[in-house]
Amino acid sequence: MTMRPHASVSLRQQNPYDGQDVPKVEVRNLNFYYGGFHALHDVSLPLHDRQVTAFIGASGSGKSTLLRVLNRMYDLYPHQRAEGEVLVDGQNILDPKQDLNLLRARIGMVFQKPTPFPMSIYDNIAFGVRLYEKLSRAEMDERVEKSLRRAALWDEVKDKLRQSGLSLSGGQQQRLCIARAIAVQPTILLLDEPASALDPISTAKVEELIDELRADYTIAIVTHNMQQAARVSSWTAFLHLGTLIEFGRTDALFTNPQNPKTEEYVTGRFG
Amino acid sequence: MNNGFYRRRKLVNRLALTLSMAAAGIGLLFLLLVLSTLVVRGLSGLTLDLVTRMTPPPGSEGGGLLNPIMGSILMTGIAMLLGTPVGILAGTWLAEYGRAGKLAGTIRFINDILLSAPSIIIGLFIYELMVLRMGHFSAWAGAVALAVIVVPVVVRTTEDMLRLVPDSLREAAAALGAARWRVITMVSYRAARTGLVTGALLAFARISGETAPLLFTALNNQFWSTNLNAPMANLPVTIFQFALSPYERWQALAWSGALLITVTILAVNIVARSLSRNKGNRT
Repeated sequence: MTMRPHASVSLRQQNPYDGQDVPKVEVRNLNFYYGGFHALHDVSLPLHDRQVTAFIGASGSGKSTLLRVLNRMYDLYPHQRAEGEVLVDGQNILDPKQDLNLLRARIGMVFQKPTPFPMSIYDNIAFGVRLYEKLSRAEMDERVEKSLRRAALWDEVKDKLRQSGLSLSGGQQQRLCIARAIAVQPTILLLDEPASALDPISTAKVEELIDELRADYTIAIVTHNMQQAARVSSWTAFLHLGTLIEFGRTDALFTNPQNPKTEEYVTGRFG
Repeated sequence: MNNGFYRRRKLVNRLALTLSMAAAGIGLLFLLLVLSTLVVRGLSGLTLDLVTRMTPPPGSEGGGLLNPIMGSILMTGIAMLLGTPVGILAGTWLAEYGRAGKLAGTIRFINDILLSAPSIIIGLFIYELMVLRMGHFSAWAGAVALAVIVVPVVVRTTEDMLRLVPDSLREAAAALGAARWRVITMVSYRAARTGLVTGALLAFARISGETAPLLFTALNNQFWSTNLNAPMANLPVTIFQFALSPYERWQALAWSGALLITVTILAVNIVARSLSRNKGNRT
């Protein structure tokens, strides 16, 4: 698998990629179907390299569906299909010849509910790494530590790496899942409402983490929480009933929406 | 608020509760009666002789149940070795691949029929299939008949337990780039591990008392034999024969054997239950 050196910039510093809008992912005329149900209509949008893009919209708007196309998660289920193009680094990942496991190793995903595997904290992190890399014991230890540090969880778990991942609190479990996702060194992170099952303090921690991770990863986040979208993202896509209503810079979209539907949604008049 | 209505509701509630408790009580009463009779009649025979001596000739004193105990262990062991992998694989297919498909529905339906098929039918089936063709009763036939009983139990529990594993866990593993088989072996099986073991234990408990399928297959043997191609002694059939015999010593041995089986099954069930209760907080 391809390795990309991590930028070792200090975490709080201004993202050097802000302002340089290089598309890492380009979604073109994407249509999605659950069996006979047409869930996404002609969606086109970019995800800019090393920036955070938020997908907002009411339940059923297709924002999670869109996210699940980006790593072809939908392929696990029969009767779900996507049409159109999704270019990642210029390559169409909807191509039937695309190897799904290799694709998913390049694109990390974190889910709404924390999903620690029923194994130790250490093995939770090592699981994904072992799939594609043969590391020595010391190298693996280092990777696990680095990933946990990156997910701001190291200090809390360093003395209990052999304990079950299930023994952690909900917020810790979610950061464990983030650590697990970045341990395989992806370039893109997909976050599906990563904080909606967490308490406010854990939510703040996860948001802070997203802010730090954007220096190294192209991030797409689905959220129900508009304040969260405004806080963490540079770009926002507003979807309504499977159609992309508006896409733009987050500040512009929230303060000066072009479409009346967007305005209604971001001001809380529906959804 | 309608007071009369509320009072009526409380009355109905109390009535229903009383009836269900009575029903549970009756069930427990019979269980206790069976168990206490077994203990009273069988306990005196639970000596070292029981597990170290062979079955005595008719009418004589002494002896034990060593050969049937050995035979039962051997045949249930082979049956578990044959039946459990098949059951686990089939259950895995149903839960992980077949799911809601037509083929899976059909297999599930057939499995349910097999699950509730009278065991004597299974015995006859194996008699037709193996005993008649081989020309003689054999421990192999007995083990296969028991394995046929193991399979549907394990298929059912395996599928049920794997279905309890949330899809979000499978997705999480797939999202890391894990191939399907890895997701199943590393994540699904791990998450359902105690449930899978419980299923196997329940299957073991189920076959350790089965008489009918052995009657037509392994038959029985008065003597020590570990030849899998020959009839083999086993506890259920021995109990059946000894209990029906006119000899007091044989009858006593039947009681002790019955107690032995019951205690074993009880112990296995308790282990299975405590396993499934401890689920969750383990790595």
